[in-house]
Amino acid sequence: MMSSFWSAWIIVLTVVSLAGILWILLANRTAGEQETDRTTGHAADGIEEYDNPLPYWWFLMFLFTIIFGVGYLIAYPGMGNFKGLLGWTQIGQWEKEVAAADERFSGERFAYLAMPIEEVAAVPAAMKMGQRMFANNCASCHGADGKGSYGFPNLTDNDWLYGGEPDAIVATLVHGRKAAMPAWGDVLGDEGVRNVTAYTLSLSGRNVDAEHAAAGKTQYDMFCVACHMPSGEGNPLFGAPNLANGIWLYGGDSMQVSHSIRAGRNGEMPAFADLISEDKIHIISAYVYSLSRSTD
Amino acid sequence: MKHDVVEKNVGLMMILIVVAISFGALVELVPLFFDKQTNEPIAGLKPHTALQLEGRDIYIREGCTVCHSQMIRPLRAETERYGHYSVAGEHVYEHPFLWGSKRTGPDLARVGARYSDDWHRAHLYNPRDVVPESNMPSFPWLFDNEIDGTKTGRKMAGLRMVGVPYTDEDIAGAEAAVSGKKEIDAVVAYLQQLGLLIKAKR
Repeated sequence: MMSSFWSAWIIVLTVVSLAGILWILLANRTAGEQETDRTTGHAADGIEEYDNPLPYWWFLMFLFTIIFGVGYLIAYPGMGNFKGLLGWTQIGQWEKEVAAADERFSGERFAYLAMPIEEVAAVPAAMKMGQRMFANNCASCHGADGKGSYGFPNLTDNDWLYGGEPDAIVATLVHGRKAAMPAWGDVLGDEGVRNVTAYTLSLSGRNVDAEHAAAGKTQYDMFCVACHMPSGEGNPLFGAPNLANGIWLYGGDSMQVSHSIRAGRNGEMPAFADLISEDKIHIISAYVYSLSRSTD
Repeated sequence: MKHDVVEKNVGLMMILIVVAISFGALVELVPLFFDKQTNEPIAGLKPHTALQLEGRDIYIREGCTVCHSQMIRPLRAETERYGHYSVAGEHVYEHPFLWGSKRTGPDLARVGARYSDDWHRAHLYNPRDVVPESNMPSFPWLFDNEIDGTKTGRKMAGLRMVGVPYTDEDIAGAEAAVSGKKEIDAVVAYLQQLGLLIKAKR
């Protein structure tokens, strides 16, 4: 809502310019005249200009646009604070669009919300919806196929940092996750990092220097067991990855693993609580759940 | 014909043309300079921090706005994808605003907090690493270039002259706030705060 001064300003200028244009159009009209041989008197390099009237259809078109403009300003908002007879607003139109879509789709979504996630994951229509929501909200990190990439977990392999049960997936989507692997470089020193790397790699059956690994085990048992557990199976409570299954979020070569140990890792999954409604999170969760189960 | 007077007098014609075309601006633009809706910041709006401001300048320098708009229109297709439509009060501290007019990439008006910092770094270093089908250019130099903080305070002082409420402490501390930071830190800081104030669930 603008002040009445600016409202009047807009109304007066709009009326003046519409009236001015109409006046120019009518004042310059040479009505009833046909095409003649008369010229305007302009001549440049022997080229002259006929002084013919505006074609009638053209004149009518001008007139029509002015009449249309007046009609528009009566029906739609335009004249200052006058809201127009139709009561149309941009936001009102958007609200109608949203309400119509909600009416069409929300019944189905809330029906899925009432079902357990394992069951929703078996409904093809729900999974089609879920796939589109995943594409819009999740795919830029986890990939269009859910296979993730360096630093972004693969969702199709049934290896879970924070647990792959329906409740855990929903919790991840709603609240986000923040990994808290500390940097051990200062604690372990270069040699310690080398040794712990060797021991870590040995957990998944890799060939490593036995001496380094043995030394690394002592430190692993001191610093790493609390989260990654004695045999390296990890702990979804802390999002501590399984180190024994050969699945590596940040790459499994010794360079990458030693970097993770030295500098720590703080991967972050954003929270979607404020962005996506509960019913849609339920469907996306079911879709994520289905990604790894379907390959079983 | 009175035309002759106008057509043979370039100065007069210029003045009349300016008058004719200024009606649109007088009606469409000038009232907005004085309108509450376009001048009042929404609740909670803060000026950019020194680091975010430098990030914004890099965003402008790299031409991000050529392919990314920052303007979510009130259309369902857009609010479904990007979140609540943009409102004027979100942009009152933006000089110039970066609404953009073309989307080769997605709108970024509410990209803040939607991705992790790590994702933004990986994505800006080489978009194909995280989005294989992306055609966005890589910006690897952001990871090498350090921010020149010597002008940050002056930029803030300049913005204060056009109405951004920076305090003397903000300006005095600007150089220290960005010292030692890389350009990537600034860009990520800028991106991560975009559009956080208005939340709407989709």
